[in-house]
Amino acid sequence: MKRWLVLFIVLIGLQTLARAETSPPPDASPPAASPPAAGASAATAAPASAPAADDRVGALEKLLKEMQAQYEARIAALEREVAALKGAPAPGAPATEAAPATAAAPAPPPVTEVAQTPPAAPPLAAAPSQSSNYFNPSISAIGNFLGVAGSNHTEDLPAASLRESEVSLQAIVDPYMRADFFLSFGEEGVEVEEGFATFTSLPWGLLAKVGRMRTSFGKINTLHLHVLPWPDEPLTTVNLLGGEEGWIGTGLSVGKLIPMGDVYSELTMQLFDGEAGDLFSSPGSRDLSYNGHYRIFSDLTESTNLDFGLSYGAGPNGLTDTSDTRLEGIDTTFRWKPLRTATYRSMNIRGEYIRSRKGGELDGTVNASGWFLSAEYQLAKRWFAGARYEWAENADDPTLHDDGVAALLTFWPSEFSQLRGELRRRNYSNGETADELLMQLQFAIGAHGAHPF
Amino acid sequence: MKRHVLLLCALVLLAAPASQAWAKVKIVSTLDDFSSIAASIGGGLVETEALAKGYQDPHFVDAKPSFILKLSRADLLIVAGLELEIGYLPPLIDQSRNAKIHPGNQGYLDVSSGCDILQRPTAQVTRAMGDVHPFGNPHYWLDPDNGRVIARSIAAKLTELDPGNRAAYEKGLADFETRLTTKDKEWKAKLAPYSGAKIVTFHNSWPNFAKHFNLDVAGQIEPKPGIPPTPSHTLEIINLITTDKIKAILVEPYFDMKTPKYIADKTGATLLTFYPSVGGTEAIKDYFALFDADIDALAKALGTSAS
Repeated sequence: MKRWLVLFIVLIGLQTLARAETSPPPDASPPAASPPAAGASAATAAPASAPAADDRVGALEKLLKEMQAQYEARIAALEREVAALKGAPAPGAPATEAAPATAAAPAPPPVTEVAQTPPAAPPLAAAPSQSSNYFNPSISAIGNFLGVAGSNHTEDLPAASLRESEVSLQAIVDPYMRADFFLSFGEEGVEVEEGFATFTSLPWGLLAKVGRMRTSFGKINTLHLHVLPWPDEPLTTVNLLGGEEGWIGTGLSVGKLIPMGDVYSELTMQLFDGEAGDLFSSPGSRDLSYNGHYRIFSDLTESTNLDFGLSYGAGPNGLTDTSDTRLEGIDTTFRWKPLRTATYRSMNIRGEYIRSRKGGELDGTVNASGWFLSAEYQLAKRWFAGARYEWAENADDPTLHDDGVAALLTFWPSEFSQLRGELRRRNYSNGETADELLMQLQFAIGAHGAHPF
Repeated sequence: MKRHVLLLCALVLLAAPASQAWAKVKIVSTLDDFSSIAASIGGGLVETEALAKGYQDPHFVDAKPSFILKLSRADLLIVAGLELEIGYLPPLIDQSRNAKIHPGNQGYLDVSSGCDILQRPTAQVTRAMGDVHPFGNPHYWLDPDNGRVIARSIAAKLTELDPGNRAAYEKGLADFETRLTTKDKEWKAKLAPYSGAKIVTFHNSWPNFAKHFNLDVAGQIEPKPGIPPTPSHTLEIINLITTDKIKAILVEPYFDMKTPKYIADKTGATLLTFYPSVGGTEAIKDYFALFDADIDALAKALGTSAS
């Protein structure tokens, strides 16, 4: 309402200003007296006799000049206000477009609020000072530093590394879709970890994504490195999903909401190119891999909920022309977070089981499986303790398996930085037992992403 | 272009079979406060539901998939805006499969527009200041004058979505405004004896409340927005309370009471759990009860420690 009023006044002011250019301006700007009153007095002062017409014109002229002077004073005041506001970020800029869960900076601890600045003028419909920036995507960068102590000859991580720098670019494309890019600058170079368009306005409860994305196989595989509850990937990912990166596919994903009362359920079908890191390799360039995921989520009480997922994926493994690898997965997460103390106490327990059946090996199909179980408990607003057990066979040789235990402590100085220590023992199939300390520092700048769930 | 929009609208309408013709308008709001106001305007014509609970920190709501389900069925989504919901709402809207409630569409209503928003940063902000809200303080509904603006926005939106019931919404709004005027006089009268009184709060949630009821927020227990109390800052607050003879410390229900209790013990100031939203306790059933509860508690605290 106020905005319209201001706009209206500015418009009237501009009109009078245009007129002022053709007529001489009044000699002095009169005090902001009310023009109707001044006009009325001028009009009544004019004698109503013979040269009345001339006098009336004169009175009208005077009235107009007074009004003009007044508007000019108002415009000057408004201009000062606009100038003052221009220094500040434009109010009313779109605050709503933001990241999907993966974009999030390190997530939990509660932090937020308002700068201690003096109250500014009420909102004007001010245009942003750099209108060309207006539709720029939200940009953020997340640094992931890892320091490692102890000895490990099987997985030799460097003593110190900036393991990943992730840059994300996210924006609404048009009324039908949004786009998200996650570029990962690692030790080996740049990679588009994800880059996809999401069609958000489809009918029949559908949501489609096209591009390169982390596949919906289980829960952990969908998460970016920086939102994992550990500084490292579990052995299930490393041994059974083609290595640390997990399964990233290029293609199409369609998710359908199948609500069952108040229980959330969603079926996701994905179709990808037949090449995916070390996991899939297609002898013919037109071979495809596919994945299906069914997720059920239910609030058990106000403060507890259960997430359950089934996954099935398959793709060519390149051992023979027709051989493929099939993957089956079960994932479950139990969360506890009393709402009133939500920012101080919470707990997550999660587990995942993966089985890989790799066809085309010399002795037929090779079955290998693995699982992990992990828990995090929030001790205080900024402190989390965690533990993990992991066990996984080698996808190529199930007679060999690795296992490990880890204890974690995480401190969040703010919502945008995170310090984490992990004490890890891994027993490798080659007989080595490695004890290590992993120290991780993560820091995020730029747009505030959504918190992962 | 326009044709496509029309086609899309037609598809969406087909997918959600004629929900608007006779069914109630399904409203989902992020905060109970807006649901409460919408319910008093729409009465039996609307169905309201809030995502966050009144005793929950509105900045930190989990993006639970069950919320996606609620949003997928909504005709209208009411949000506080000013980035209050930035941590959870955008991915929920994207996954809702409900084009109506996307920002910019008819079923999305940001009720901050038109409200008196305080503390818009006038200079460059950085996160060294804590987690700042670059669009101003998002706790604006705690000023009854803003409540009036919010009610008008909601009534206008309901009329737009459901023009057949215009008269009912107009009457609902008029009744709400009349009641608000009466109650506001009552609230102001209760706090009038303490005009200009200084208070200390935990978080910077109360500038609009303080402005409307002529209180002076002298300090916050948080050293910076969102940063937990530190010993040195706690000491400063204790000194502030002692020298300025501040009588009340207001703490939102979702913050840890340990430091506030310590400060209250050291200074003798009254410690109040102060509710920023409807649903904070069972007794706080609507927008009016929210101010009733807060103002009665505050008046009592300021009154007793004065004697």
